[in-house]
Amino acid sequence: MVTPARVTTGRARWPIPMTTRRSVSMLVLLLMAAAAASAQDYRRLPGGEFDSALAVDGRAAHMQIAPFDMRIEPVTNAEFLAFVVQHPRWRRGEGPTLLAGPDFLRHWQGPLQLGDAIQPNQPVTHVSWFAARAYCNSEQARLPTWYEWEYASAADATRADARRDPLRNQKMLSAIQTQTGNLPEPVGTRPPNYYGVHDLNRLLWEWTSDYAAMFPNADARVPGSVASLALCGGSALAFADKNQYALMMRVAALVALKPVDSAPRVGFRCVRDVSGE
Amino acid sequence: MRMRFGWMAALACLLVSFAALAAIPRHHALPADSVYAIPALQLRDQLGQAFAFASLQGRPRLVGMFYGSCRMACPLEIEYLKSLQHAVVAQSGKSIPVALVSFDPARDDVAMLQKVADMHHVKAPGFVLARPEQGDEGMLAGVLGIAYRPLPAGGFSHNVRVSLLDAQGRIVAATDASGAPDQAFVKVVAGLLNKH
Repeated sequence: MVTPARVTTGRARWPIPMTTRRSVSMLVLLLMAAAAASAQDYRRLPGGEFDSALAVDGRAAHMQIAPFDMRIEPVTNAEFLAFVVQHPRWRRGEGPTLLAGPDFLRHWQGPLQLGDAIQPNQPVTHVSWFAARAYCNSEQARLPTWYEWEYASAADATRADARRDPLRNQKMLSAIQTQTGNLPEPVGTRPPNYYGVHDLNRLLWEWTSDYAAMFPNADARVPGSVASLALCGGSALAFADKNQYALMMRVAALVALKPVDSAPRVGFRCVRDVSGE
Repeated sequence: MRMRFGWMAALACLLVSFAALAAIPRHHALPADSVYAIPALQLRDQLGQAFAFASLQGRPRLVGMFYGSCRMACPLEIEYLKSLQHAVVAQSGKSIPVALVSFDPARDDVAMLQKVADMHHVKAPGFVLARPEQGDEGMLAGVLGIAYRPLPAGGFSHNVRVSLLDAQGRIVAATDASGAPDQAFVKVVAGLLNKH
């Protein structure tokens, strides 16, 4: 007996015929997809001069960040569910194994079912870097670069750059420690930062487009490779600002992952280029 | 009665055939671990020819990435692959085609690709340099284990990795393409070509 594909959050138990149930499910699914599509909200970040906490080749990485639009919240389970409904190749168990490993969306009850243990407004996690890229492409966006993400995360509620505040760093560390081992809490429950963006520092680790190249010699994974020759413009990254423990933990967590990996506390948000100004 | 049974059998056959047709996945010929199964990626080579990345399937191939204005690792990568091609011909009597895709499409237009090809005396279709035109070349980089990021001072930080793909796009072996081609890798390439 093959049961029809149903999209529910796990609570629906309808005493109605299968065919009706299926069409109602489809309707619910389309409504959810529409709701998720309209819920995406981006804010303009002005960019400008920025010093990364990561030094390149022993020199401080001073740069100019171009203006960009950033999603105010990480992508949620409900939004990712709407995405896989529309893009079957990104459903659990459907796509190429090079793009999503065995842990992909494993915390969902089914490929199209979140289940009772998962809330629709929790950030989606257990998603590979490839799936995150595909999701952002689907809303005409992309993953942020590390520097864009770091620039946005430097702000607190009132300051564009709050990184020198030791109390803030301590709070971020405590938040990370208390949440370790659990799925992240729902998005948007804490006040937004200076730019109107939520949940950058405490909730979860977020994929960035270029995370794998932060320590490219570590990522080469070719036995016996000669790092100096395998790298072009090879950069030895180090933390210029040794007080950024929370940031160090984030970098360490990300670079330990392969792009195909999915982890319980790694999600993502998207950004868009600002065009034609 | 017999006629009705025959008619029903014919209908059943028809339905089964339709079901079989519908069951054919989109990437019908590709295994689940094929590099060619990444989302559609449109490329253009140094001769200005447009083609789909997935159209490279059908024979074994060496696939990697590069960028044209790279001064050190990418020229070494191309020279390594040329030596490897020669060594493979010497060993097996067969040739292994190479395709390198740029991860810097903003600067690597067709003229730049042609310039790099001329500089290294390589020619399509045996040695293709291509630029992404549509699709996400980052997906290709990811499946090939290639990582790159722009540096604040210009240029890219990246690794070099060239993968030997079988005809269906499965990764058989990979090299960081530095120094001289080692005999073990030449042997693997020649062995794959001899199977075809």
